[in-house]
Amino acid sequence: MFTGFDFDVIERSLPYLFKEGMAFTVTLTAMAMAGGVIFGTLLAMMRLSSHTALALAAGGYVNLMRSVPLVLVIFWFYFLVPWIGGWLIGAKQPIGVGAFWSSVITFTMFEAAYYCEIMRAGIQSIPSGQASAGYALGLDYWQTMARIVLPQAFRNMIPVLLTQTVILFQDTSLVYVLSISDFLGAASKVANRDGRLVEMYLFAALVYFIVSFAASAYVRRLQTRLAVIR
Amino acid sequence: MNYNWNWRIFFDAEPGGSGIYLQYLFAGLAWTLAAALCAWVIALAVGAVVGTLRTTPLKWVARLGDAYVELFRNVPLLVQMFLWYFVLPELLPATLGDAIKQMPPPWGSFVPAVLCLGIYTSVRIAEQVRAGIQSLPRGQGWAGLALGLTLPQTYRHVILPMTFRIILPPLTSEFMNIIKNSSVALTIGLMELTARARAMQEFSFQVFEAFTAATIIYLFTNLIIVLSMRAVEKKVRVPGFIAAASAPQAGH
Repeated sequence: MFTGFDFDVIERSLPYLFKEGMAFTVTLTAMAMAGGVIFGTLLAMMRLSSHTALALAAGGYVNLMRSVPLVLVIFWFYFLVPWIGGWLIGAKQPIGVGAFWSSVITFTMFEAAYYCEIMRAGIQSIPSGQASAGYALGLDYWQTMARIVLPQAFRNMIPVLLTQTVILFQDTSLVYVLSISDFLGAASKVANRDGRLVEMYLFAALVYFIVSFAASAYVRRLQTRLAVIR
Repeated sequence: MNYNWNWRIFFDAEPGGSGIYLQYLFAGLAWTLAAALCAWVIALAVGAVVGTLRTTPLKWVARLGDAYVELFRNVPLLVQMFLWYFVLPELLPATLGDAIKQMPPPWGSFVPAVLCLGIYTSVRIAEQVRAGIQSLPRGQGWAGLALGLTLPQTYRHVILPMTFRIILPPLTSEFMNIIKNSSVALTIGLMELTARARAMQEFSFQVFEAFTAATIIYLFTNLIIVLSMRAVEKKVRVPGFIAAASAPQAGH
């Protein structure tokens, strides 16, 4: 089955694949995770707030993001961000945002909806008596959240947050639809240039598999460790 | 800076000559639903078998099921799509591979897309089925065996009917996922709803109208599925068993 395989094409393109492709994928994953967790936590706090308007707005946003395909969201933001950016700085024309920042914004906004649901469950897993105790001590809402509720919520939700990040890592491959050279995009460019689709796509699948499998195995170990301590 | 809104664009003819843009988009929805439904059949069949096998007392069978799940869960959907479309025909015997490559459009991209979505989703269904079976009290299986049923009979008549009634809510969300995921098939040339919204944007330059329409169509499709499945769920719910839908889960 592997007769006629050209393993050399993989070796030749390794620097390009990893230094450009994988670097882009990892940077995008890290930035979208950081942004997504922060924005998602704020969304979760809004969803749980007693202001109905805030709760409704956050709920609507989350449900909207979760009911449309990621590919469509990528297209939306790719065209929408330049207009919004231009409107914000009062420019005459839509501004150029660039593929990188466009995809960072897209994945931050999209994954925030998923991180929000995780953080909401995390916040709800903390007994409400703890928040009441915080208020009784004279802390305000932000202090109670920052010092009492959120640290514990994060700790409880670390495994799920990390699992979601593994999914995010896989999802970033969809920037392919914007012709960006992430890891898969780079592999695809080499594949088409050298006519070596089979080798390059199998190699890409192998790399994604190894990274995701190792990460999920680590999360599982972490889960048992955290569970024992608690 | 002004965007020229033109909502009447939906009643203009699309350049392919199949009718107005609105029809063009709804034909895309039809392809989305066709791909999702066909893939759903595969996913349900394979997922039920694999999920069941992972709970059997036979260690090596359970391991094999685990390996299947890990394999297809840790490779991105888009990469799997490319493997089915570009790589598989090359690895098959030449005659079969050529026959696949020469399938007329749209079947040339529809068939790989359905297989890919079906197998990808089967892994997630297998997980739900396994979790559902393991959430049943063990006594149910033992009672079946004690009554003289064989292990396959116990699964067929006792365990699986209960399991599917319990896991119906998570299955509903998997079905909505398969509809969303079918949009990835645009990368191998299937003209489903998202692909057609993008094509409409390229033909007409009415970016936001096209994507708004696609978004609304997806929302309505979801709404219809949620409402109808809620009625079914109410009917088949097993009193006393609550699906663990409230447990936080990662997903997309």
